[in-house]
Amino acid sequence: MLEIRNLHARIEEDGREILKGIDLSVKAGEVHAIMGPNGSGKSTLASVLAGRPGYEITEGSVTYQDRDLLGLAADERAREGIFLAFQYPVEIPGVNNMYFLRAALNAVRKQRGDKDLDAGQFLKAVRAKLKLLDIGEDLLQRAVNVGFSGGEKKRNEIFQMAMLEPKLAILDETDSGLDIDALRVVSNGVNRLRSPERAIVMITHYQRLLDYIEPDHVHVLSGGKIVLSGDKNLATELEKHGYAMLGDAA
Amino acid sequence: MSGATAETLDAVQSASGDSYKYGFFTDIEAETAPPGLNEDTIRFISAKKEEPQWLLDWRLEAYRVWLKMAEPHWAKLKVAPIDYQGATYYSAPKQDKDRPKSLDEIDPELLKTYEKLGIPLREREALAGIAVDAVFDSVSVATTFKGKLGEMGIIFCSFGEAVREHPELVRKYLGTVVPQGDNFFAALNSAVFSDGSFVYVPEGVRCPMELSTYFRINAANTGQFERTLLIADKGAYVSYLEGCTAPQRDENQLHAAVVELVALEGAQIKYSTVQNWYPGDAEGRGGIYNFVTKRGICKGDNSKISWTQVETGSAITWKYPSCILEGDNSVGEFYSVAITNNLQQADTGTKMIHIGKNTRSTIISKGISAGRGQNTYRGLVRMLPKAKNSRNFTQCDSLLVGDKCGAHTVPYVEIRNPSARAEHEATTSKVSDDQMFYCQQRGLSKEDALALIVNGFCKEVLKELPMEFAVEAQKLLAVSLEGSVG
Ligand SMILES: Nc1ncnc2c1ncn2[C@@H]1O[C@H](COP(=O)(O)OP(=O)(O)OP(=O)(O)O)[C@@H](O)[C@H]1O
Ligand SMILES: [Mg+2]
Repeated sequence: MLEIRNLHARIEEDGREILKGIDLSVKAGEVHAIMGPNGSGKSTLASVLAGRPGYEITEGSVTYQDRDLLGLAADERAREGIFLAFQYPVEIPGVNNMYFLRAALNAVRKQRGDKDLDAGQFLKAVRAKLKLLDIGEDLLQRAVNVGFSGGEKKRNEIFQMAMLEPKLAILDETDSGLDIDALRVVSNGVNRLRSPERAIVMITHYQRLLDYIEPDHVHVLSGGKIVLSGDKNLATELEKHGYAMLGDAA
Repeated sequence: MSGATAETLDAVQSASGDSYKYGFFTDIEAETAPPGLNEDTIRFISAKKEEPQWLLDWRLEAYRVWLKMAEPHWAKLKVAPIDYQGATYYSAPKQDKDRPKSLDEIDPELLKTYEKLGIPLREREALAGIAVDAVFDSVSVATTFKGKLGEMGIIFCSFGEAVREHPELVRKYLGTVVPQGDNFFAALNSAVFSDGSFVYVPEGVRCPMELSTYFRINAANTGQFERTLLIADKGAYVSYLEGCTAPQRDENQLHAAVVELVALEGAQIKYSTVQNWYPGDAEGRGGIYNFVTKRGICKGDNSKISWTQVETGSAITWKYPSCILEGDNSVGEFYSVAITNNLQQADTGTKMIHIGKNTRSTIISKGISAGRGQNTYRGLVRMLPKAKNSRNFTQCDSLLVGDKCGAHTVPYVEIRNPSARAEHEATTSKVSDDQMFYCQQRGLSKEDALALIVNGFCKEVLKELPMEFAVEAQKLLAVSLEGSVG
């Protein structure tokens, strides 16, 4: 589904290279976890995959569903089924969360050749997912992410994901800032989305998340490169020894 | 759950081909006054309209005042010189001497124009609760629902008809809020106004439907000088909607309207405008020059006047809907959204003049600048010595799209008594890249994302609009921002 080859990216503004040759292959049905020290480039990788402006790809390629991903604009990627759960979800004052979601859903559905949901169908779908993620309806009537607690923001991201049903979901530290119960609820939401047609890439700092969402592969990103890959046991190792163990690996 | 957002998005999509969908021109033989302005022009207009002598005298008086006045240049606007002698001051669609009694009698060409504009004139509009006094090129041609309103004693008709049928009311109130010599453009309007709307709501009557007027400028090189007079008698309530569209054209067109509102004791007037006249093309060619004087007086105690405007069109907007709060405990409100894109310029705001005790005013202004647009909020809050315990709250927010546009805030506050308070808050923000990316990451195109963010920014004002207008306004915002994101 996703093939990243020797990907180099730098920040347009100051020319600093952040990604220094990433190779990663994600197949449909798989769950990959990406771990790594602060500032190693995890969010940058997520941003580059989602098409955030401000980064320049200097080398390498990314193929998504046999297409050149890097040639697509951010919104096209989203409509092709790439979803990014933001590490820091953005506030949009005055825009009702439900309006926003409906606009997004209809944009994505249009691309898939599906008709717009009418208000009734939409509401039904919303209610089902709300329950799944244990979100109160009042959150939908508020402006997008405005005044949401950290945990509410993260839940809202996963709620959007559940509604949009992406093919490739990239979760950037969705577990950070969640209390224990919330972590279980959110993980449950993610697990529900697991299917042979979908792939999930989760960025996390904590092995704990992987107890709930069991990954097929775990990678360690450090200094803009993937320096270690393994199965879920790698996460346990890391938890035990810290990133000091990368000393030999890198 | 409202489909308003979906509407916004649809509007952006449908507008992508032709960004000014009302830019067509209807060929209707116009009966026009010869170009130029002198006392004979005014006599011609007055005679055409079979006006009484007092009104002709009133016009001539205004004209003589106007001659002594100079065009104002204090606004932050760059205006090409206006050739007042080159303009035409009267034009009417050709039709029978007798006024049409039903829609069937109206020029089909005209009806088609209304249809393209989406002006509701037929039965379905009755369901929507709208009565329409449609103004086409300065002359009212259709007024609906008059019967129903008439039963309640409400007068809603063209200004010309009001002069004929209710001269005592017109004479009593005309020029009492905006005197002939108030300002250069008001004086010009007073001299040459062609037609407009008149509303009178009698004591204790709550007008059961939104009254609306649609304006349209059509015949070439014709100045448009509307005159609206609205009176709410004691304890009356009325909500009035005004919307404007104009066909695309190259030469600049002058528009100088005057609107006067009078609220007597305990009366409430809500006046909403969506303005989308032709803004000119991307290079700034063409477009309407909009110099409007709108003012309301809360004459009686406990009265209220509320202005809501969404200004998306015109090359130049010079407009300050104001409230004179004369009655004790009276309330004035001004809610405004003004968008300037490409080379559009807007200098708009309000004046709140607090005269009575315990008077309150609220000003919420949202200015959006895109392209190379310039947007100025200019507001005056004046608390006079007798305005004890009066309060004003002003909030001015500016939103910048891109870095070639400008936003300016010019608040004047004069407080002449120690118990009065005025609060002012102002913010300037940019549409952030993060917000754009977040929306796009959820599948929205750049245009849709911007429309959504801008609509969110304007929400406090849009929610003041009557429902059917709110949807139209959202569409207009989206259309107006076309081409402002790369
Ligand atoms: N748009 C940007 N402008 C400037 N610097 C950036 C930008 N994006 C990323 N960086 C820098 O690139 C480096 C990698 O950042 P990134 O956010 O990818 O790290 P991360 O691995 O996600 O870290 P964390 O675990 O703290 O979230 C950091 O030094 C960061 O400051
Ligand atoms: Mg990060």
